[in-house]
Amino acid sequence: MRTALVLLFLLALGALPGALLPQYSLNPQRVRTYWAQHPKLAPLLDRLGLFNVFTSPWFAAIYLLLFVSLMGCVVPRSIEYARQLRRDPVPTPRNLSRLPHYARGHCDAGPAEVLAAARRRLRGWRITEGTEPGGRRTLSAERGYLREAGNLAFHVALVGLLVSFAIGKLLGYEGQVIVLANGSQFCNSGPLAYDSFRPGALVDGTALEPFCVQVNSFTPVYLPTGQPEEFRALLAYQEPEDLTTGTWHPYLLRVNDPLRIGGTRVYLVGHGYAPQFTVTFPDGAQRSGTVQWRPVDTTTLLSEGATKFDPPGVSDDAVRRTRQLAITGLLAPTAVYQGTLLSSGFPDLLDPAVAVDVLQGDLGNNSGRSQSIFTVDQSMVDSGRLKLVARANLRPGEQLTLPDRSVVRFDGVTRFVSLQVSYDPAQAWVLGFAVLVLSGLALSLTVKRRRFWVRVAPAEPAGTVVELGGLARTDAAGYGEEFERIAGELLRRGQAQPPVPAAASTKGR
Amino acid sequence: MPINPILASYGDLAYDTALALYLLAMVLHAAEYAAGRVPAAMTIAGHGGGGGGSLATLGGPDTATPRHAAERVGRSAVALTGLAALVHASSLALRGFAIGRVPWANMYEFTSAICLVAVTGWLVALYQYQQRGARTVQRLGGFVLLPVVVLMFLGGTVLYARATPLIPALNSYWITIHVSAAAASAGILLVSGVASVLYLISGRPGSRFAARLPTSATLDRLAYRSAVVALPIWTFAIITGAIWAEAAWGRYWGWDPKETCALVAWIVYAGYLHARATAGWRGARAAWINVFGFGVMLFNLFFVNLVVAGLHSYAGI
Repeated sequence: MRTALVLLFLLALGALPGALLPQYSLNPQRVRTYWAQHPKLAPLLDRLGLFNVFTSPWFAAIYLLLFVSLMGCVVPRSIEYARQLRRDPVPTPRNLSRLPHYARGHCDAGPAEVLAAARRRLRGWRITEGTEPGGRRTLSAERGYLREAGNLAFHVALVGLLVSFAIGKLLGYEGQVIVLANGSQFCNSGPLAYDSFRPGALVDGTALEPFCVQVNSFTPVYLPTGQPEEFRALLAYQEPEDLTTGTWHPYLLRVNDPLRIGGTRVYLVGHGYAPQFTVTFPDGAQRSGTVQWRPVDTTTLLSEGATKFDPPGVSDDAVRRTRQLAITGLLAPTAVYQGTLLSSGFPDLLDPAVAVDVLQGDLGNNSGRSQSIFTVDQSMVDSGRLKLVARANLRPGEQLTLPDRSVVRFDGVTRFVSLQVSYDPAQAWVLGFAVLVLSGLALSLTVKRRRFWVRVAPAEPAGTVVELGGLARTDAAGYGEEFERIAGELLRRGQAQPPVPAAASTKGR
Repeated sequence: MPINPILASYGDLAYDTALALYLLAMVLHAAEYAAGRVPAAMTIAGHGGGGGGSLATLGGPDTATPRHAAERVGRSAVALTGLAALVHASSLALRGFAIGRVPWANMYEFTSAICLVAVTGWLVALYQYQQRGARTVQRLGGFVLLPVVVLMFLGGTVLYARATPLIPALNSYWITIHVSAAAASAGILLVSGVASVLYLISGRPGSRFAARLPTSATLDRLAYRSAVVALPIWTFAIITGAIWAEAAWGRYWGWDPKETCALVAWIVYAGYLHARATAGWRGARAAWINVFGFGVMLFNLFFVNLVVAGLHSYAGI
């Protein structure tokens, strides 16, 4: 018990940095910020695993030790409990008056009748009777065995909960994908279909549940203050067996109401805007691009991003790398201008506008460095290979002519939704064990394990001398009252004189 | 659903009234405490004991004390507390009707709900003790009301939020189940924490302040019994929170700061119950653990919501 206590505290203490420090698993961006702010402290914390508390070896060591100690406690207690269940209640102690609860009285009825009355009163208790020399008879009763059962169930369920949690983490996965809400589709064909994919250690991405989702529309409802009230995405989806028949089912996807396909769930976790630009190149060729821009202000949904174009029909790589285009800047769903400075006044798409820089030159796509879809590679700008050629505020339909006579037109805005797909095969088990944890806990905290003894002896000239004793085996309070109630009933029944005044006493232990 | 601003403003008015009444009741309790006689029969024996016995004995020596003026002041303080709790409940109800949703969706409302549970829990416990004749327990009223008044003051000033409808992430029937369970357990644990703090104070021999407190064993039992009631509710709150998280965030458990802190508090309270059943830990050590547990609850309520960025941060101001 002492070991378990110490380990419990280590666990609580160990989990705290996970709540206080930014965690890679929750928000890597905030970890990077922390590194920038505390350049000396951060490497030390990182080496201790404090940015990855819940996957760190020392945290695992604490809870594994805790569960080992728990098993070391639960197994012998289960064996002992199984023994107790088969055993009769303990015999009546010789001196009942030494017990914390004791009463004594005289009944007119005979010993057999008193014992019979006690048996009736103690229905539901486990009872055994005995005889002692001198014609005395005894009755031992005990109840509240469920307390220990609840206690054991609680501890075993904790182990089951942890194991199910671990299995779910090994076999499950989570993926995020952005889908334009204009009838675009997403199919759960493999990790490549996702924008980000976090598989469990035993998931290789080859056996994902095959289904497809098509996002037909997205409708947010806002209060006049700009506070969102409801998000609705109208989906059509195909379950695995529909893929061959081509059947689509409609579904209204909302926050708090995921689409469940088999064991896989699809969630609506975010939304935003994707501007559409059409570039007419000097040779007359046209290319359109609709790429999501990321919201930078969550209340007004002012968004930033970069829509990139390759000039068509250019086979010479060196020439192509002088004519690539990037349209970067800000998008406001409801435009508000301060002078020429664009910002957003409302999160809904009421009066969209963009403020864009058009860059031309080498985007650095084949530089070997990975690139964000939301920004251009700043080093290409710094080295002068990507140059700013135009800057303008545009409303839908407005256009802008570049020095090389290319024309950039802002066509309009499409909404996108951010979907999360989650799979965890063990979560029903986790729920089952959680319910068991709760019921075990409730049982072990409410049920009282207590004992009750009766000793009767024939009295002279008639009647019976009754001695009653009681003992609560756990520190749950309140047995005193129950004891007094039972004792009072047994002694009052068919008796002439009241019980000895001081007899029905209850001593603190 | 349109907001009814008149009902909402009546709700705020009721909140302020309840706070003023609590404050008055606390002052009356303080007067009762200051004027209260130290019962001759009262000892601090039994400190360190967490064992069996019954409530009847604990009230035993106290019942012999004659009623005097201080106790009557205390009784009126209790009556005032009851009245304040009614006003307080009506403030939450008015806000709920004004918005057409459960009245515990932001920190102002949540803190208010916790305080209401704490006061109600205290009155229920007091009633049970008085049924058994333990009259000195009444003197604890001021100590229970002190954190309530502080929390409600903070709630009405720093945390205050105008009545607004739910954001989509909170718009689920789970808010009724999960948040009410969280508020209920936090409120009961507040009473438990206060009892443990007083238990630690009552253990100081020779202190005139401590001598007026109910016996250590009474305080220990109050702390333990309220924790025993609260822990299953807290467990239920965590489990329903996990079920809701599965529907809202795509996973039932993600080590979000709020989740982590809730688990830490749960572990600390589990530690408290274990400590109370472990030789050498019951008594003062167990009480310290209980106090620490309530510290984690407060930390979880304020620091995690206001300072640490997590998924529960929208419940902020």
